[in-house]
Amino acid sequence: MSSFATHTLKTFSIGGIHPPENKWSAGQKIVTLPIPKQVSIPVIQHIGAPSKVLVNKGDVVKVGQLLAESSGFVSANVHASVSGKVSKIESAFDSSGYKRISVIIDVQGDEWLENIDLTDNLISNITLESAEIVKKINEMGIVGLGGATFPTHVKLSIPENKKAEYLIINAVECEPYLTSDHQLMMEKSDQIIVGTRILMKALKVNKAIIGIENNKPDAIELFSQKLSGPSDIEVVALKVQYPQGGEKQLIKSVLNREVPSGKLPIDVGCVVQNVGTAFAVYEAIQKNKPLIERVVCVSGHDLKNPSNFMVRMGTPVETLIEATGGVPEGTNLIINGGPMMGKSISRLDVPVTKGTSGILMFKQTVSNHNQYQACIRCAKCVSVCPMGLEPYYLMSLAQKNRFDEMEAAYPTDCIECGSCSYTCPSHRPLLDFIRLGKSEVNQIIRQRNQR
Amino acid sequence: MNLNLKMSLSPHIHSGNSVKKEMYGVIWALVPVWLVSIYFFGVDALRVTLISVLACLAFEWLIQKFLNKTESTLWDGSAGVTGILLAFNLPSNLPTWMIIVGAFVAIAIAKMSFGGLGQNPFNPALVARVFMLISFPVQMTSWPVPDALNFSMVDAQTGATALGIMKEGLKNGEPMSELMNHIPETFDMLLGRMGGSMGEVSALALILGGLFMWWRKIITWHIPVSIIATIALFTGILHALNPGQYATPSFHILAGGALLGAIFMATDMVTSPMSKKGMLVFGIGIGLITVIIRVFGAYPEGISFAILIMNAFVPLINKYLKPNRFGKEVKNG
Amino acid sequence: MSETIWLTIVILVAIGSISAIVLYIVAKKFYVYEDPRIDEVVNILPNANCGGCGYPGCKAFAEACTKAEDLSNLFCPPGGSDNMKNVAELLGLLAVQKEPQVAVLRCNGSNQNRKKTSRYEGVENCSIASQFFGGDTDCTYGCLGYGECVDACTFDAMYMDKDTGLPVIIENQCTACGACIKACPKDLIELRNKGKKSRRIFVSCMNEDKGAAAKKACDVACIACNMCVKACKYDAIAIVNQRAYIDFSKCVLCRACVSVCPTNAIHEINFPARKVTAEKVEEPQLEA
Repeated sequence: MSSFATHTLKTFSIGGIHPPENKWSAGQKIVTLPIPKQVSIPVIQHIGAPSKVLVNKGDVVKVGQLLAESSGFVSANVHASVSGKVSKIESAFDSSGYKRISVIIDVQGDEWLENIDLTDNLISNITLESAEIVKKINEMGIVGLGGATFPTHVKLSIPENKKAEYLIINAVECEPYLTSDHQLMMEKSDQIIVGTRILMKALKVNKAIIGIENNKPDAIELFSQKLSGPSDIEVVALKVQYPQGGEKQLIKSVLNREVPSGKLPIDVGCVVQNVGTAFAVYEAIQKNKPLIERVVCVSGHDLKNPSNFMVRMGTPVETLIEATGGVPEGTNLIINGGPMMGKSISRLDVPVTKGTSGILMFKQTVSNHNQYQACIRCAKCVSVCPMGLEPYYLMSLAQKNRFDEMEAAYPTDCIECGSCSYTCPSHRPLLDFIRLGKSEVNQIIRQRNQR
Repeated sequence: MNLNLKMSLSPHIHSGNSVKKEMYGVIWALVPVWLVSIYFFGVDALRVTLISVLACLAFEWLIQKFLNKTESTLWDGSAGVTGILLAFNLPSNLPTWMIIVGAFVAIAIAKMSFGGLGQNPFNPALVARVFMLISFPVQMTSWPVPDALNFSMVDAQTGATALGIMKEGLKNGEPMSELMNHIPETFDMLLGRMGGSMGEVSALALILGGLFMWWRKIITWHIPVSIIATIALFTGILHALNPGQYATPSFHILAGGALLGAIFMATDMVTSPMSKKGMLVFGIGIGLITVIIRVFGAYPEGISFAILIMNAFVPLINKYLKPNRFGKEVKNG
Repeated sequence: MSETIWLTIVILVAIGSISAIVLYIVAKKFYVYEDPRIDEVVNILPNANCGGCGYPGCKAFAEACTKAEDLSNLFCPPGGSDNMKNVAELLGLLAVQKEPQVAVLRCNGSNQNRKKTSRYEGVENCSIASQFFGGDTDCTYGCLGYGECVDACTFDAMYMDKDTGLPVIIENQCTACGACIKACPKDLIELRNKGKKSRRIFVSCMNEDKGAAAKKACDVACIACNMCVKACKYDAIAIVNQRAYIDFSKCVLCRACVSVCPTNAIHEINFPARKVTAEKVEEPQLEA
């Protein structure tokens, strides 16, 4: 079964980097964090339209109760993660650094909705039909848990003229430091496999592939054992390479198919779902449990106990950090997410949301962004860009506000992986400017389409 | 609790690479070549390198301090690399004042007048070399014949380079077989026992430096390999057609500045193309022009001109030879 | 020797004449008629090419003016009404009369008034910073202070005040071209009528948070307390999105609102100093 180590491992073809992994919290059992006294649940925790609040100030809610209803196709339901009384509905800071409408609940006890199955029994028999599964996933407010938080039911609703051939489960976790997916795989492998089969049924595909990077040999071993023999699910070990967790890169790695520029994975017959999402789907379909908790990895420089926690949505980040021994002396940067694509947060009272895969505490001595030197045209950014773009060129155009020219250099293809900024010897903030250019170019395109 | 946290955009980690590290990496790669040149050319090699480096640093500092009034980037190593490369392109018996003139041309004219590091279209060391080759042709082409550990400082013997002997001989109608007796053995050329500028004599040391830079990921293989392969192919065809008239590929690769140019001069980051495809085209162009100048032109050596000519094409190459974009041409299978 | 000289002359004259003939033919053949009034209009315009009219440069605006049948949608802010009148006279049309305007910054969150709660270490560019977060204070509406408006100003009418961390508009130089308004990602700059003797009153805050949160983030925030609305006899003030806005077309510059504002969020500009200090106003009850 150790064939994954003997032959050349698959990976994507263009660009990529290999930052130090530093997965300090690897192997730490998932600990369920005690419920905090108060939670703040933003009504927008996903990509798309903000959800519409259904509860009022003073309402008493139970765990799993619907708090806000999805307000469009690309939107998601938000459920109560604790039981208690709604004390306020106001705009509060979330981890984005902006204020969002949030439902603030004072916790009273831990009372769940009756139809939620809280036992540990594994239910592998899938009774629902394809359309029912998609509908239920929508109801349960499930979004992509890899960090992008794209509503899952949208990805599962395949346009009529297209057909899915493969479901790809993204178990790559290519971001350094993060271990939440890895630990989830080690502890909930059976549930993940059932979740995968549910997603396969929803998509009407008969082939699924789980892509795991080779720095998690125990997970590869475990899944290969569970799925040994002829199986509908294949485990593929991948060479460690960032950003392999990007959808397009992962499809290239496991199937050698290239998603055309500006198209979606479904255009090459693939649907990619995160391994955490597969677990959430299992819980939602088999146990009636909405997406109200997730695994969050807490790690950082000099942290006493790097850990993996099962956390209710809306728990303040502060609670998680305290559980690991408090903010280490000298920490000056706290990141929500991974170090390559996460966002830094300015305050500790912000809540954990559906997209929080990790909380990292860094001691950074050098600034990466505002002291930069001239471009020496070393072409390192070009050679590491996984999308084959020219970051140096995009940045120089964005710096000069030449956005109309920029469109021809395809900033819209950028997946914002940060490999260019990571590798630049002049410490140039390439991605910062490309992001700016990307949004400006998108605006130009939108305006043109409107006309 | 106010932690006064830092807000910065992703990515939050950096490879730790810096311009300084890249430049000092190049300097390390040049150390073997330098040691060989000291071994062969003695104290003079030390003199030329030191003067060249110091003059380059001094000009950079003066210009940044008094003309540009910008923060000094003296110690990022780029001026040092230019100084060393310039020294390696000079004969070891060149008068001091000429070296200083060369350093001035390299730093003040070829680099700083375009805006400093990263802005210059042409390789500064090569601009200086070509400037001096045209201004002081006699001094620039009388090479001291290398003599191991010659620290005597008495009048060293001077002679022409292997390429010079070849060019002169062919012009006078001497047959190739005769000429082969005058030029050094292949093995000697590999080690560096031949006339030439300080840095170009020892092929082994150059290749060692190149491998070091490739291992440190300062350069990619594309430019050096494409230049050398083109030279080998082109001269190989010519040699096969008429062995009496044209020298062997191994002679062309080992003689003169082909390796120094291919490994250290053409790979200069600032003046080489950005995409892999562009690098290959750039290398092929340099190889072709080098052979054309060497075989059909008036000068015995052509790689400096070839690199400068191709430097001029770099913006055009960058414009038309883009990297392979993900999802541009879809080959599914 | 003399032969060389006259040969040279003949050849040069020949080349010159042939080129001249070619040029003449080409110029005739490809002649494009251009309204001569365009150049005349351009001469009247300020020729700053600021883009404040919505056209790329003065020439394009002049072209639009000569083609237009009525000038109601065309206005050159830097030139102002007098300038447009001259243009209209030349073209035999009627010009729009607009009050002269000036840009004002609707944020007073200086370093002293607004506490920093984090520190931004990134590219000093307002657009990039605002895409990423609300600002390094608790107010997510206020000025970020990286000076993109100053860079956008082509008339040198703005500069960054290092002490306050806010941009300052030099009103004599401001031509109301609107470049800074387009540059500001937070929409803090507004064009307001210059007013009599350049006197203006405006609310210098864009915070949409509830009073308590706004006040906590910034000492001089508008807390939407309604005091100014009550004080205004001319119905010029309204509270929208938890902040007051003074309609400059209705404002008569009586200064009643300025003295009642508990947080000094309403600014008066170019007024003479008050003789009698305003009565101390009681702090209004803040909404929790």
